[in-house]
Amino acid sequence: MSARDLIFGSIRRSLGVSGKEAPRRKTVGDRLAQHPAGLVPARGQLAAKERLALFRTMVEAASGSIDEIADVADVPSAIAAFLRAHNLPMAVRRGGDPRLAALPWERERTLEVSVGRSDGKDVVAVSHAFGAVAESGTLMLVSGPDNPTTLNFLPDTHVVVLDAKDVAGDYETLWQRLREKFGDRLMPRTVNLITGPSRSADIEQTLILGAHGPRRLHVMVVGKSE
Amino acid sequence: MTLTSPQFKDNARAALADAQLQRALSKGLGFVERRRLAAERLPEFEALRDGARDIKNHTLAHLDLYLEAYEARVIAAGGQLHFAVTAEEARAIVVDICRKVCAKTVTKGKTMIAEEIGLNDFLEQNGIQPVETDLGEYLIQIRHEMPSHIIAPAIHLNKDQVEADFRRVHSHLPKDRNLAEPQTLLTEARGVLRERFLSADVGITGANFLVAETGTSIIVTNEGNGDLTQTLPKIHIVLATIEKLVPTLEDVSTLLRVLARSATGQDMSVYTTLSTGPRRPDDPDGPSEYHVVILDNGRSSMLGGGFAEMLRCIRCGACMNYCPVFNAIGGHAYGSVYPGPMGAVLTPALVGIDKAGHLPNASMFCGRCEEVCPVRIPLPRMMRAWREREFERHLSPATVRSGLKFWSFFAKRPALYGLVTALASRLLWLFGRSAGRFRRLPFAGGWTRHRDFPAPQGATFQAQWRRRRN
Ligand code: SF4
Repeated sequence: MSARDLIFGSIRRSLGVSGKEAPRRKTVGDRLAQHPAGLVPARGQLAAKERLALFRTMVEAASGSIDEIADVADVPSAIAAFLRAHNLPMAVRRGGDPRLAALPWERERTLEVSVGRSDGKDVVAVSHAFGAVAESGTLMLVSGPDNPTTLNFLPDTHVVVLDAKDVAGDYETLWQRLREKFGDRLMPRTVNLITGPSRSADIEQTLILGAHGPRRLHVMVVGKSE
Repeated sequence: MTLTSPQFKDNARAALADAQLQRALSKGLGFVERRRLAAERLPEFEALRDGARDIKNHTLAHLDLYLEAYEARVIAAGGQLHFAVTAEEARAIVVDICRKVCAKTVTKGKTMIAEEIGLNDFLEQNGIQPVETDLGEYLIQIRHEMPSHIIAPAIHLNKDQVEADFRRVHSHLPKDRNLAEPQTLLTEARGVLRERFLSADVGITGANFLVAETGTSIIVTNEGNGDLTQTLPKIHIVLATIEKLVPTLEDVSTLLRVLARSATGQDMSVYTTLSTGPRRPDDPDGPSEYHVVILDNGRSSMLGGGFAEMLRCIRCGACMNYCPVFNAIGGHAYGSVYPGPMGAVLTPALVGIDKAGHLPNASMFCGRCEEVCPVRIPLPRMMRAWREREFERHLSPATVRSGLKFWSFFAKRPALYGLVTALASRLLWLFGRSAGRFRRLPFAGGWTRHRDFPAPQGATFQAQWRRRRN
């Protein structure tokens, strides 16, 4: 008997089931198809304005920084200003995401912009988020041809552009948007939920930012929430 | 893994006398206060714990069907699923995958399952070098130690020990460099490990959850090491056990809402990453092969039995953070991969009560572990159940057994019991009344070696009770 059969056999023996019981199969099938939500905390169900305010508070509580930018055309200059303020080199690496490609990068003459995955030598990366969760200040980024996962982890500073209207209250809303975009029961290779910059407290419980991932996480919320 | 649980008593004694360890433990676990604050900040926290418990119970009751559904989704996404009944099988599967690509080095994210199956030693025996990338795991790897805590594996170390180890192992770096602070130590580790990430052939991670709905594996970390481990090499191997299954993404939300709060007191850990299959045809990065090794190692036979509830555990570590015994002796004394209250229940189930019988006895039954467990596992009750089994199987020491027999002889004969205890306390009062206590007592050396025995003051409890009722 294969290991697989042995394991299924042992599970079924312990549970006293055959695996063919129609009611059990229906329970499981229904749950997978309907994916009922559990309890969503009140703070995950705020209206647009308070939701954005909570998102900001939670990003900052997780040691990230956040800027609100009314006009999307101002993103390149806001990035340049951010780099100058932190004494960072005027060079960023970004994915080919159309929303990033459409930005007027040429307005920032001194800013060098390259496109593609990271090989570990880039200091600053710019990504576009799929959405965000206000209840915990969490960004959601998904991998794909235009959104390399390496940009989220290798560079020292990570700047994430986010449409204000994509800030959801809870995780549940974003799972539903994933289903709408990729199809039921289908997922992109990688979905990254990111809450603040990388950290470790493994040496004498002293919390230090920048363990293996970015030391600095900066969120740029663009436009109005609704 | 080398199990030293049978020597628990000696381990505990050594731990109490270990000055470095006691220095590290004396700081107390910051997790405790942070968990309390995080729970207070979320009014729904207790209700979410109920929800988390119910999700796990539901999944375990339908585990065969969720596992089937999960398997189908992994394969549909282009992943490869391998089943392993035992630790040996799991190790062999991993080495086989590594051999096929002639892997020389393997980076590893934090996985307790790899510890459970003793993967690192086996890889080394097969000429493959494993590199731990979680900072805490890296520290214990270069010291050839086991983790002493399931989420803070190097909690037993002080920074001067880390400095000494780095000077010994990173011998290619300048001798006069400054390593006095945790910050400089971390920067050095980051630099050294960055090289390893970029050159590894295979990346191995664990999984906090496996999602049946989508065939997804999920890791939760704060450092980002798990992500570099699974993104950069050609091959990503996930090691997971059967009880990691959850039905849907919605169920994951509930579990995430209690996991980080219970573990570190964060509202959410920094990185929660969902992986489904290998990189897609046009993806610029990610592994080209995605393997999941599903290990049983005794868990399927726990289902439906007295210890099934232990399979709800989401490995947050809260039970050990709050355990007074763990706080006094640290994790190594337990002598197994899983320390603290959750280990005291799980280890006997995995390796046998004959080898791990001391662990369920290392408890004062204060009940704090059950109070904080996010999935409400009745840990004290299950430790008691192990003690009963140990007793039934005549595994408790002869002195304990004959002592209990002696006591039960009298306990079953109330009149005799009253007479003998009255006599004994009268005698003790006679001999002890001047000092009020005994420094030594025959047959009670185990007690009087560490503390005095108070001399009885007046009549026995039963006699007083009788008098009061009349
Ligand atoms: S037993 Fe409960 S408290 Fe302990 S690690 Fe498991 S889930 Fe956490």
